[in-house]
Amino acid sequence: MNKELMHLRVNGEEREIAIAPNRLLLDALREDLGLTGSKRGCDDSSCGCCAVLIDGAPMLSCVALAVSYEGREITTVEGLGGPGELDPVQEGYAEMGGAQCGYCTPGFMIATKALLDRNPEPSMEEIREALSGNLCRCTGYMQIYESVKYAIEKLRAKSATQVPAAR
Amino acid sequence: MAKNTNGYNIIGKPMAMTDARAKVTGLGKYADDLSVPGMLIGKILHSPYAHARIRSIDTSQAEALAGVKVTATGEDARNPYGILPIGHDERAFALGKALYIGDNIAAVAATTPEIAEQALDLIRVDYEQLPGWFDPEESMKASSNWINEERPQNIEKEYHHIFGDPEKGFGEADFIAEERYYAGEVNQAAMEPHATLAVWEPDNRLTVHSSTQVPFYLHRTIASVCEMPMSQIRVIKPLIGGGFGGKSEIIPLEVAACVLAKKSHKPVKITYTREEVFLAHRGRPITIVYLKVGLSRAGKITAVRARVIQDGGAYCGYGPVTVLYSGALLGAIYDIANVQYDGFRVLTNKPACGAMRGHGTVNVRFAFESILDQLSHQAGLDPLEVRRRNLLKAPCITANSLRVTSYGLPECIEKVFERSGWAEKKGNLPYGKGVGMACSHYVSGAANPIIRSNMPHTTVHIKIDRDAAVTVYTGASEIGQGSDTMQVQIAAEILGVSTDRIKLVAADTELTPIDLGSYSSRVTFMAGNACLNAAKDMRDQIVAAVARKFGCAADDFEVKDGRISHKSDAGKSLSFDEAVTVALEFHGALVARGTYAPPETARGGKFKGAGVGPSPAYSYSAQVAEVTVDPETGQVRVDKIVAAHDCGKALNPLTVEGQIEGSVYMGFGQALQEDMIWKDGRLMNPSLLEYRIPAAKENPEIESIIV
Repeated sequence: MNKELMHLRVNGEEREIAIAPNRLLLDALREDLGLTGSKRGCDDSSCGCCAVLIDGAPMLSCVALAVSYEGREITTVEGLGGPGELDPVQEGYAEMGGAQCGYCTPGFMIATKALLDRNPEPSMEEIREALSGNLCRCTGYMQIYESVKYAIEKLRAKSATQVPAAR
Repeated sequence: MAKNTNGYNIIGKPMAMTDARAKVTGLGKYADDLSVPGMLIGKILHSPYAHARIRSIDTSQAEALAGVKVTATGEDARNPYGILPIGHDERAFALGKALYIGDNIAAVAATTPEIAEQALDLIRVDYEQLPGWFDPEESMKASSNWINEERPQNIEKEYHHIFGDPEKGFGEADFIAEERYYAGEVNQAAMEPHATLAVWEPDNRLTVHSSTQVPFYLHRTIASVCEMPMSQIRVIKPLIGGGFGGKSEIIPLEVAACVLAKKSHKPVKITYTREEVFLAHRGRPITIVYLKVGLSRAGKITAVRARVIQDGGAYCGYGPVTVLYSGALLGAIYDIANVQYDGFRVLTNKPACGAMRGHGTVNVRFAFESILDQLSHQAGLDPLEVRRRNLLKAPCITANSLRVTSYGLPECIEKVFERSGWAEKKGNLPYGKGVGMACSHYVSGAANPIIRSNMPHTTVHIKIDRDAAVTVYTGASEIGQGSDTMQVQIAAEILGVSTDRIKLVAADTELTPIDLGSYSSRVTFMAGNACLNAAKDMRDQIVAAVARKFGCAADDFEVKDGRISHKSDAGKSLSFDEAVTVALEFHGALVARGTYAPPETARGGKFKGAGVGPSPAYSYSAQVAEVTVDPETGQVRVDKIVAAHDCGKALNPLTVEGQIEGSVYMGFGQALQEDMIWKDGRLMNPSLLEYRIPAAKENPEIESIIV
């Protein structure tokens, strides 16, 4: 299949790549853009390791064609925060044991980020629900919940200090 | 969470993993994330038949396809290999016969994955189908058409052990239960599918980056299969996305990538699809347990007899060790004088099983704990109380010659008794609800290495130079369990510095000394002790130089909080940086080393098969599960699991709790929803959609207790 030039907006940057129209978004990210943080864990959209945010909503990049997402805002794990400024979600997974082998972690963090963006105070049931599209083989999920709670606390503290300034 | 830390600054306190930031930023590299210029993509052709003679293979059309750089078949690498010295029955690619659906027939390397896939379709293989063996109890009756001609009746290995006098023991029993238990087959299903990048170097050496728990065994195997000296091969373990035993022996893609790289003189990467992960397998075998146990009226186990049949698949793998573990840890958790064990490892035309988490012990434990409940019921005793009445009196030597030193099982039982509300709940919950309990134990590393030798099981080097950074060189393989962090903690604790000062270089055969690998729960005990010894060696070298400078004895100094200070003379104190300079002036170079080998007394008995089961220490656990059963549908829901675990001193409570919860989770998955479904040797559910490991919604609440 012939390659075509296209533009993807990834982690706030405009990127130009030449890819075949059947290129999966996951492969475009990993192979063409060198963003290997998103992982492939299955071949049938059952594990969630490849999840990315499309305009803020979590999506599986292994079942998405890259061409379909021109002009959309794509956020990968690399876009959540770098070594200099970790996102509270990343901090939570690092500090509380949410990442053991770390392979499912990017997908879990994307799902967590999407959840907390739309619902900063989720109940335990809402957390479980939001994370049930992802599979983790290491943790038994308990420390993942602790990681999410850590991020919630951190965000709460952050917004508490920000609100007066905004007013 | 943190218990009494006994004066430690770092040990015993929860610590985030040292590689956590690499993982949460997505910047850490796993094997499939690696690429090098000119890299080819390799793909493997798998057998479509469960048992077939290979008459011929023609790769010429594949080779003619533009973009294909190399193909390989069995003729390209004839040396057999296998993880056990007694089981070298695998080859890079099948020679003569294909033994299971998915067996490795040939491989190609091409410039793109699409071309490589296309090339596989162009390889012509002429097969002559043979009848297959799929049921282990049928397979072991085979009088002809054996899977491996050197294994009559398709029996890979059998062991027969008698300890004490089982017949007499059954004679003394007031209650006897006899049952057949069947445990289905499960796969590790680590989230990372296996991947290997084999790079042919300009100086005709081979560098192998692979998702392995055992870089050292991989190193040996590649040398043999590729007919190269070990000194010309470098094995590097990148980040590993979970192991659980699925990466603890040599996996076919590792060998295939190296053979293709050597033949093409190019870098070749192979990454398994999830289906290929299931076909490479090495999971927990189907285990059939015929179990008979006797109990006295007083609740004492009088005798045990077990006949265990394991469906090992088509190759040996860890098989003999797996079936020996089933016997060795069957009775040794309790005080049982009379045990008979007959274990059979049987070949079938299915992918090879391996050393999945709790190697060989899990399914027999399930059977044993189940029958113990049944006997407790027969005897009118509380099952938890029956466990209490059969405890070992440690320290002791078990009937099968295992040396037990510390024995935290009693405390584990009491903890789950309290925290689960056992006394209030047992027998008192409404219809459809109940609590149950079970105990288990496991080795902290095998006392005897796979390849017998008198060399240490693990070695750690430490180097300090003018930057005063402490670099720990360890062969131990971090696979997500926290092995790197554990060694950083130990080195920092002993040298009295913060963990930031420790740099850790791990699992690279060119840079790091040997460690046997991440299996049999051995790393914290063995690599941890080697690291402790190396750090002490380094500390003593530094202190010796400082003491000499001040004209004092080394014993007068303590190493703490980044300083080396005289215990009673505050004027005689140097910062760590200053002390390093003094030590470099005195010693010239600061290099330390530590090793660990299990003591002679921990290496077990002398009978055939006694080498499996002995360990320098055992861990113990007890669990209570609260379960709801829907009386209409029979659906089982696990509401909560309380798990207490004695692993010795928990060096990092954060990761220990993670390990407890993860293992409870995996056991839950096997008990309630995971099962590999076979039809005539074909796996019917080779995907995570159909082989369903529990997601957050299905998983019970787990309360972990460190004993």
